[in-house]
Amino acid sequence: MTHAPSLSPTSPALPTAGGFFRRFRSTPSEPDFAKRVQFSSPYLPYLFLAPQMAIIFIFFYWPSVQAIQSSFYLEDPFGFGSTFVGMSNYTDVLKSTEYLGIARFTAVFTALVTFFSLAIGLLLAVKADGIIRGNATYKTLLIWVYAIAPPVAGLMGMMMFDQHIGPLVKFVGLFGWDMKVGLNYTDTAAAMIIVSVWKQIPYNFIFFLSGLQGIPVSVREAALMDCRSGFRRFWTVILPLLAPTAFFLLIINTTYALFDTFGIIDVMVKDKAANNPITLVYKVYMDGFRGNDLGGSSAQSVILMIIVFVLTIFQFRFIERRVHYT
Amino acid sequence: MSAINITNVSKIYAGGVEAVKSVSIDIADGEFIVLVGPSGCGKSTLLRMVAGLETISKGTVEIADRIVNDVEPAERDIAMVFQNYALYPHMTVYDNLAYGLKNRGTPKAEIDARVAEAARMLQLEQYLDRKPRALSGGQRQRVAMGRAIVRKPAAFLFDEPLSNLDAKLRVSMRGEIKQLQKRLGTTSLYVTHDQLEAMTLADRLVVLNGGEIEQIGRPLDVYHTPASTFVASFIGSPAMNLLRANREGNRLHFGSQTLEADRLAALPTDLTVGLRAEDLRVAQAGEQSLTLKIDYVEELGAQRLVHGTVDGKPLTAALSPEIDLGETIALTIAPSRLHFFDTTTGKRLTRLTDTSSVIREQVAALEPAIS
Ligand SMILES: Nc1ncnc2c1ncn2[C@@H]1O[C@H](COP(=O)(O)OP(=O)(O)OP(=O)(O)O)[C@@H](O)[C@H]1O
Ligand SMILES: [Mg+2]
Repeated sequence: MTHAPSLSPTSPALPTAGGFFRRFRSTPSEPDFAKRVQFSSPYLPYLFLAPQMAIIFIFFYWPSVQAIQSSFYLEDPFGFGSTFVGMSNYTDVLKSTEYLGIARFTAVFTALVTFFSLAIGLLLAVKADGIIRGNATYKTLLIWVYAIAPPVAGLMGMMMFDQHIGPLVKFVGLFGWDMKVGLNYTDTAAAMIIVSVWKQIPYNFIFFLSGLQGIPVSVREAALMDCRSGFRRFWTVILPLLAPTAFFLLIINTTYALFDTFGIIDVMVKDKAANNPITLVYKVYMDGFRGNDLGGSSAQSVILMIIVFVLTIFQFRFIERRVHYT
Repeated sequence: MSAINITNVSKIYAGGVEAVKSVSIDIADGEFIVLVGPSGCGKSTLLRMVAGLETISKGTVEIADRIVNDVEPAERDIAMVFQNYALYPHMTVYDNLAYGLKNRGTPKAEIDARVAEAARMLQLEQYLDRKPRALSGGQRQRVAMGRAIVRKPAAFLFDEPLSNLDAKLRVSMRGEIKQLQKRLGTTSLYVTHDQLEAMTLADRLVVLNGGEIEQIGRPLDVYHTPASTFVASFIGSPAMNLLRANREGNRLHFGSQTLEADRLAALPTDLTVGLRAEDLRVAQAGEQSLTLKIDYVEELGAQRLVHGTVDGKPLTAALSPEIDLGETIALTIAPSRLHFFDTTTGKRLTRLTDTSSVIREQVAALEPAIS
């Protein structure tokens, strides 16, 4: 049990995001050679790179290789060796209707969480951007939420949605919705999405706000003279200039919804996962650590890795092309 | 028909800073007005109040006979050119020019025609498909101009549009702006801190100091009759020499040195005398003169600036480069070229020839009799 299949797939986005960050920050007009540094020894730069490479290797490549390897084996539940089974772990997983159902839920969950946390974060940032007084207090209040650990957020969510004392349950009760989080599949899904969105809003808010404040005042003023409709100005000038930030957040939020919501889900469905919605990552964990099916769990995490890989390539190939970097 | 009337306009920022103090300017249709003054004197603030980017604390701004205090910038029928151009970085040059027209619902064919015309006027035709970042500073500046002219607004507002360009380009763009404005006949309000730009562009100059108008007038009038020591030292390069003097009759004593002029009787005994560097010349034998002790010389090619002191007070003279310079030089000036200012208020004092000062002289003469 040297590797944790549930965590390794988080990493594929990171190396690409690193390359992305560099472009995100530097201005293209700056000639590259301006930053070039001369080293006295040709090995020195590799020495500086070594810690980063070591971390990537130990925490990403090695577990990945292990996961790929063990996905072809059927491991004895009591640890007495393992048998090579070829692709059968994969075919089992992909044939399972339960797995496909979870995959479908994960897709919906990821899409909704990404969309709402981006949209609400942007809305709040736009509103905060227009305010000068009380701005700092407002920002701090919003940012606090980000400091909450996912399981704690899940616990708080559970309290908000508690059958007897949860204020949100009482609130939706006013509209005739008898919410049963943990018992009813849809209700649990709704609560999970709400808590996940709530947890991610501050992060998006901070990035959107700094993105907005990076738009030159004079460009906004020029737009003010060219276009009387604030809504139209937002769509034609502000949003396109915010696109680099939005693209970066799209990737981060997708990853968040796929992987980092683990803690929230864990708290909300713990011990009663059977008829409750869970995501693919949670399924990897369930099968690997609860079910002791290491082979199947590894196959799932490899599949997840491929999904993330394809998704990231898609995002960079097709969406980033429409992003204008200034 | 598109005159701008600024009436008793003040700007008080949050925190009580009064950046503009009850300023009134009437700008005729088609006139080119330049607001000039040192940094922080409130030029941009005033311009931005006309543009609608800053609220007007007091007073009114009228554009084409309509009070626009509460009118949105987009509806004031004005176009502005910013110092850093403020082009939309994600749009091509064509879209930058067309954006304002599109938002006003102008038909596509008309937009095409207007953009084409502006692009031709500003020689931007080959750049229409480029993004601003692929343009030079001068080309960006042209796009910013183009964005203003395609709209055919009632007025152009410029906030230091040339200060990001290098010296040579600035001179040529200055000429282009002037020509374009004359051709289009659009009322213009132009902000600069560069007095040379102000002199060359303006139909009329407005010199601002600390949020207040020091003087409004045609460039040459302002140059020849500055209303105060502030204007005198701001307009013209090198700045006008200002020397404290004691008047005795028609004699002016600068410490131990003396000049004689005529018709000085109405002036106070303690006053500030202004001498333009270019009005000073080397004295012939027998002429009255001031002795300049030379400190250093700046060679400008066509002329040389001689810096030194007269009785310990700094003075600069612009002389022909042919003149041989020693340790000291005797300089003289036509008495009619002297400017006089009140030492405490800095306001211009006029000599006897003006009717106003004749009256003042008569009043002064009567005063002993009254008291
Ligand atoms: N938002 C603000 N709040 C308070 N004071 C301000 C604000 N904006 C400008 N000021 C003050 O108002 C005065 C005039 O500013 P303004 O920008 O109009 O100067 P300016 O003449 O354009 O100077 P420059 O040539 O440097 O651009 C300055 O003293 C400035 O400090
Ligand atoms: Mg300014």
